[in-house]
Amino acid sequence: MRNFLPIGTVVLVLFAFWYGGAVLLNKNWAYDKAERANIELSFGDMVKDTMTQDKPRLPPPHQVAAELWKTTGAMVQAGKAFGKRSLIYHGWITLSSTVLGFVFGTGLGILLAVGIVHNRAMDKSVMPWIIASQTIPILAIAPMIVVVLASAQVDDLIAKGVISMYLSFFPVVVGMVKGLRSPDHMQMDQMRTWNASRSQTFWRLRLPASAPYLFASLKVGIAASLIGAVVAELSLSQDGGLGARMLVGSYYGQTVQIWSALIAAATLAALMVAVIGMIQTLTLKRMGMAQ
Amino acid sequence: MIWILSVLVFWAVAWWVNIRLTAQKPSRFTGFAVPALFGITLLLLWEGLVRGLGISPVLLPPPSAIGVTFVQSLPILWADFFQTFVKGALSGYIIGCSAAVLVAIAVDRSPFLQRGLLPVGNFVAALPIIGLAPIMVMWFGFDWHSKAAVVVAMVFFPVLVNTVQGLQASDTMQRDLMRTYAASYPQALMKLRLPAAMPFIFNGLKIATTLALIGAIVAEFFGSPIKGMGFRISTEVGRLALDMVWAEITVAAIAGSAFYGLVALLEKGVTFWHPSQRG
Repeated sequence: MRNFLPIGTVVLVLFAFWYGGAVLLNKNWAYDKAERANIELSFGDMVKDTMTQDKPRLPPPHQVAAELWKTTGAMVQAGKAFGKRSLIYHGWITLSSTVLGFVFGTGLGILLAVGIVHNRAMDKSVMPWIIASQTIPILAIAPMIVVVLASAQVDDLIAKGVISMYLSFFPVVVGMVKGLRSPDHMQMDQMRTWNASRSQTFWRLRLPASAPYLFASLKVGIAASLIGAVVAELSLSQDGGLGARMLVGSYYGQTVQIWSALIAAATLAALMVAVIGMIQTLTLKRMGMAQ
Repeated sequence: MIWILSVLVFWAVAWWVNIRLTAQKPSRFTGFAVPALFGITLLLLWEGLVRGLGISPVLLPPPSAIGVTFVQSLPILWADFFQTFVKGALSGYIIGCSAAVLVAIAVDRSPFLQRGLLPVGNFVAALPIIGLAPIMVMWFGFDWHSKAAVVVAMVFFPVLVNTVQGLQASDTMQRDLMRTYAASYPQALMKLRLPAAMPFIFNGLKIATTLALIGAIVAEFFGSPIKGMGFRISTEVGRLALDMVWAEITVAAIAGSAFYGLVALLEKGVTFWHPSQRG
């Protein structure tokens, strides 16, 4: 809680910038309207107008909040929580492909890491390519992967999950390799004096030792996975999802809709990272590794 | 059938050679040859399986076809590269990174702001900033300005967080030494704190290289002039001309790796004193 005040200050400053930016960016349209209606617009009226425009260039926070409430809370109250216009519905679509991709990406990442740690040939030949694969802007080929998989009669959910998987496996591989190698010489020697087999060393020493590293990379991985899902939805917008909301919003100039989808995606990312953080604290505490 | 069999045989041979190579004492040659052989094997497997199983080139073109398209459409690829990478990604990268470093230095004098900025920055760095792309396209138009703006937003926070962290990296002893020399704040910053922060800053810069290219390409999906890598990818996917898409991806891969390599090289020159560079 020591950090509460500084964080609060920074967030407040960000909001102040947001409001200031909204006035700056929307004022031209306000003046345009006034000129057409032949009204002299005072500064106060101009500011008031920038806060309530229909399609503002930058919607002020309260407009976004109102739209968010309209598409989540109000829909729930009306009993249409999973209606087509509800952000809960679109968030659910994004969440499901994110989690699917994340689970598979994590599995693949852990398997690769185990292989890399135990097999020198694999370490030498695969590791450089895994690193190189991340200097490639893989999100750029998302539309192609999605279209190809869709035309090969693969389920849309899986097609989107593949993108998420590709983005999330990398942090897991790197973190797990580091974690599986983290036991020091002393500990490895101890295992040897006990005449432990390779699998025993793996299950009793390497795997537990890698847990903190794994959780750190899981947090990065789930955030990357969400980005992958959002971008994949740009190509499969007919299925809905937060990315599709952004695309539709950009077609019709519905800035408030874009921003609310963006905030919803951000909230989703924050929630997922928080959930993993909670699992991390619980697990590490039970393993006696909590800091 | 013969295609599949021969690539499988090649795979087995390459596997065996790699195992033999890694069993030897590691040298510069094996460090290069082992991954190279692995890459070649992957390409050949791809070629052989596509031909052998008769996969339609609409789904997955073989690497040879991609190579031919790449060579044939060099002028288009170059124009796209220039539009997306040089104009969009590179200018945004430079603006975003320098802004982030400057803000970090400005914040550096106030521990209060630092404590607030670090968690918020870490949080924002994990957000899907790419979602800002449609908004930026709306604000700055279809040309490269909007792409640069997306790139600025994407690279800003990772570099900011790393720089703020790096500026705290010099230890108390070193700072005390600066104080005994009666060094002024700018002197201490230039001679101690910034150099000590360089490994952290370069970490951020390296992460930002990939983000910059991704930002510039994905922003083009939301609207662009009739050239650019993202534009080409999305239109050629629509026409199912996947060999062209793959050629464009090759360009992106080369550009991304070269960009990353360049920054890593720069890092090597600047932070030659750091343990991770001496080993």
